[in-house]
Amino acid sequence: MSHPLAKYLREGMLPTLFCPGCGNGILMKAMFEVFDEMGLESLDGFVFVSGIGCAGWIPSPHFKADSVHTLHGRAIPVATGIKLCRPELRVVVIGGDGDIAGIGCGHLIHAARRNVDIATVMVNNFNYGMTGGQYSPTTPRGKITPTSPYGNPERPMDTCLLVAEAGANYVARWTVAHYRMLKEALKRLFEGRGFRFLEVVSTCPTRVLRREGLTPAEGLKALLRASVPVRRCDPARAVLKGRIPVGVYADRDEPGFLEALGLAGPGVRRG
Amino acid sequence: MRSGDWRYWSGNIAVAEGALDAGCRFFAGYPITPSSDLMEYIARELPRRGGIFVQAEDEIAAVNMVIGASMAGCKAMTATSGPGFSLMQEGIGYAVMTEVPMVVVNVMRLGPATGQATKAGQGDVMQARWGRHGDQCVVVLCPATVAECYSLAITAFNVSEELRVPVILLSDEHIAHMWEVVRGLERPPVVERRWAETPDTPPFGSPDADVTPMHPLGRGFNVMYTGSTHDEWGFRRTQDPEVHERLVARLWRKVHSRLDRLFIYSVEPGEGHLDVGFVAYGSVYRSAAQAARMLAGRGYRAGVLKLNTLWPLRRDVIEGFCRRASVVVVPELNLGQVAGDVRAACPGSNVYGYSKVGGGRPIYPEELCSFAEEVARR
Repeated sequence: MSHPLAKYLREGMLPTLFCPGCGNGILMKAMFEVFDEMGLESLDGFVFVSGIGCAGWIPSPHFKADSVHTLHGRAIPVATGIKLCRPELRVVVIGGDGDIAGIGCGHLIHAARRNVDIATVMVNNFNYGMTGGQYSPTTPRGKITPTSPYGNPERPMDTCLLVAEAGANYVARWTVAHYRMLKEALKRLFEGRGFRFLEVVSTCPTRVLRREGLTPAEGLKALLRASVPVRRCDPARAVLKGRIPVGVYADRDEPGFLEALGLAGPGVRRG
Repeated sequence: MRSGDWRYWSGNIAVAEGALDAGCRFFAGYPITPSSDLMEYIARELPRRGGIFVQAEDEIAAVNMVIGASMAGCKAMTATSGPGFSLMQEGIGYAVMTEVPMVVVNVMRLGPATGQATKAGQGDVMQARWGRHGDQCVVVLCPATVAECYSLAITAFNVSEELRVPVILLSDEHIAHMWEVVRGLERPPVVERRWAETPDTPPFGSPDADVTPMHPLGRGFNVMYTGSTHDEWGFRRTQDPEVHERLVARLWRKVHSRLDRLFIYSVEPGEGHLDVGFVAYGSVYRSAAQAARMLAGRGYRAGVLKLNTLWPLRRDVIEGFCRRASVVVVPELNLGQVAGDVRAACPGSNVYGYSKVGGGRPIYPEELCSFAEEVARR
């Protein structure tokens, strides 16, 4: 008898492409459990759109579903084109911090501003893992990486704050160590209208934890220790201090881009 | 303006009308002169005719939205000019690799960089052919009249759907903003998207077919698109040299094996020796045709080979034309991007490039006539 979640997985692709201890596996399991709790027998009707980077490999090729592995940073515009032409499909973008908040940041802001009716999961592991651990827009200041050998001179940004300010309907951040809250957030992410954004703070055992002398398990504990509820902090300042604000940044139900274009909602055009 | 069997259109409007008649249902673009008025026209007309228009945040987003829309099943197009075309190149390469049909209109202006932004040029021929990294092949079409803007827009969609390849429609500022009465408009047959009926046929080529039908999204086919090297089912195969060679060779072959149909041209007159032969394309063709008539009035036998396809090329056609002519003149609003092809196609012939760049000045028939007379006497 096969595993109850195997229905969502291309089993031929196991073991996964990820390094041992990678947070991507935790996120995959959380997503599959949420799909199961939603009563889905298959992922028909979903389209997973990802870019380049380790997180881009989560759906492609592991998910037994339609998946589009796009150019680096361009998952959101491809997903936008798919959603506008086929509003009945559930379009989910999955990418890393480099893909979504770095090279693709312009698209992220404008998708949030338009309130495009897609869900985006940004896996933040604080570095460009696939290319060797270079610093990313979320890497804490001062960190030694292959491209910041004297310490990262740049300030990290709070991507959630940016997306919430830009007008997304739902914005939240949890870490892979907050498993129950992560699943609650994923459930919210897959439902409703408008732009929904979830940042999943993850661990990179190969590029980050090893450099800091931490095991994968110690890395998860470190995520918990660094976390602080977003309601009890000034998130922009907390991020600058290396903390991880967790929780819901925005949760509203404004009409999405489909409705603005007359493609969904009251008086929707047919044919 | 339209009435009965005639239309009064600019080149940009004709492209838009051709796209709409070809079944374009999605357009995303970013404002840039001299293609903005095409987008403005589409923004008004497309929603009326059941389509979707989006003004993107930049050309990169525009081309990628178009790719997503096409994967989802809409015939889709974008339009831009020089700098925007440069930004779209990576997306065009992705569409080549994933075999997603789309039409990209580049209304050429004067570069490099911002150059003389509102002025006409033809400097993007090589970029249209080779602007992307890696071995790849697209189809480049080039209209010389407003009527051709309409018909080639439809051809662009047809070729794109049939071969699952991006097609670039290379217009220029003169054609785009030239208004002409178009009579006897005929709508060419329209090629519709081919979808696989079942998930059992490979979506990315097979030993029997260079082009196989696309797998639709949302029907349980578990489609996998990737810009990485992939096998015929879409699985990434980034280490296997044979898979890569097979894929890249097929993407090249599926275009080049159809060269006879893809290469659109006309020759006037069709046969006989020529004192002067012009090879021309785009707006400059019009000056070449007029110069040929002027030369005939001065006692020369002159002819014109008009290229409506700028890639891939039929060298045999170019060579056959050059062999008929004592001298060949290739007038271009660039420093000689097609003149080199003509020389390569017909080594040993007397090929003279005639270049003019700057200010958006056209090549006037008089100057072309004088230049041809001068080289014909050499």
